[in-house]
Amino acid sequence: MGGSGSGKTTVLRLIGGQLRPSSGAVNVDGQIVHELDTENLYLMRRKMGMLFQHGALFTDLTAFENVAFPLREHTDLNEELIRTLVLMKLHAVGLRNAAQLKPAEISGGMGRRVALARAIALDPELIMYDEPFAGLDPISMGVTANLIRNLNDALGSTSILVSHDVKECFAIADYVYFLSSGKIVAHGTPAEMAVSTHPYVKQFVNAEADGPVPFHYPGKTLADDLGLHAKGSR
Amino acid sequence: MIARFLAAIGAWLRHSIQDLGFAVRSFFIIIAASGGLFRRPRLVVEQLFFVGSRSLVITTVSGLFVGMVLGLQGYYTLTTYGATQSLGQLVALSLMRELGPVVTALLFAGRAGTSLTAEIGLMKAGEQLSAMEMMAVNPIQRVLAPRLWAGVIAMPILGGIFTAVGIIGSYLVGVVLIGVDEGSFWSQMQAGVDLWKDIVNGTYIKSMVFGIAVTFIALFQGYQAQPTPEDVSGATTRTVVISSLMVWWLDFMMTAVMFSK
Repeated sequence: MGGSGSGKTTVLRLIGGQLRPSSGAVNVDGQIVHELDTENLYLMRRKMGMLFQHGALFTDLTAFENVAFPLREHTDLNEELIRTLVLMKLHAVGLRNAAQLKPAEISGGMGRRVALARAIALDPELIMYDEPFAGLDPISMGVTANLIRNLNDALGSTSILVSHDVKECFAIADYVYFLSSGKIVAHGTPAEMAVSTHPYVKQFVNAEADGPVPFHYPGKTLADDLGLHAKGSR
Repeated sequence: MIARFLAAIGAWLRHSIQDLGFAVRSFFIIIAASGGLFRRPRLVVEQLFFVGSRSLVITTVSGLFVGMVLGLQGYYTLTTYGATQSLGQLVALSLMRELGPVVTALLFAGRAGTSLTAEIGLMKAGEQLSAMEMMAVNPIQRVLAPRLWAGVIAMPILGGIFTAVGIIGSYLVGVVLIGVDEGSFWSQMQAGVDLWKDIVNGTYIKSMVFGIAVTFIALFQGYQAQPTPEDVSGATTRTVVISSLMVWWLDFMMTAVMFSK
């Protein structure tokens, strides 16, 4: 968790090998991600699923075809089996009956659920969620949060969820890390974080306007900008 | 002042060479990623429909009108020399060697090229290409390579159709409307047109080269565009401008090589 620009999405991209670290290393399942060649990186990514902030569904494909995409790309399953698997995944997110709709024909929340079905199509060992609640209404937010937790438990996978929605995250997470300016500033269980006295966590959890994250963008003072200095003060 | 001017020229030159090198490298990366298409030709066939079939109407209509205008202008010019019987040859050579491939390439850049750039740019903006990468699917292999080969295959076919329809247009104006002798029209064409030099070289080889250039420029611009509305629209414009200039330059070079005595 962390505010905008704190480096949450960057961490996901580093784990997925979409960014190279300028220093240090990312170790996933015993492998240093940035040292992998393209072939091995793609092999590792087959064990990962990622839900993008706005779903990133293929707009020219139906919900069914979107979920079928990774299955068709990475398996030699026949169409009948693919159909069964896709319908099961869509059923798990409650959208089996929307299988033939295109992303433009469904709501943002439904789109996020289709993307979730696509992310778990290959039963990944690691699922990454990039701001899965952004822009959703409260009902869709609750539905998505429950789905994430339930699917995680059902698949027995590891999930890394990046978000700034305190309520939903604390409801479904086992452990929380707080990021600020690219660094971990606090971590613990949701219960521990809820009563944390760390200034950043306190400001974040209680949605305070001012604190370690200042309201004003750092720079010159207002007096400097308006030239309001007493004569001879410089 | 002079030093700054020279430094600016140097920087421009260095950036241009760097950009060119990057583009050439990207081209070969797409070619290298094309091997998988032999196993999945359906990907190319789908794109052939999008870039080829959907460019058919504008190509056919333009070909008809260019042929009709050529028939009319050719007739007026040849009348001066009393050589109207050579109208068929004049029209066929003009269309096969130059107008067919060049105008088709320009239309293709405007119709299919812009569409490809916008599509790739928007896929990038919507994180669809990133999503593909995270699904361990190489977007160069899955998205760019099929589109490039579809363009390479579609262009010669469209160029051939443009030329054929253009000849029909000039026939309608020259023979049916104006009354040029039909036998002379076709026989002069038959006598003056060489299969290899004019049809294979003039129309098909040229069109194929234009197809590679225009499609690659469109894909490259879309893939390199920043995922913002301004840059995607700018990339679409650049596709038309760069493709058009490239078509003219390539046409001159190929004409010089193919038709020099």
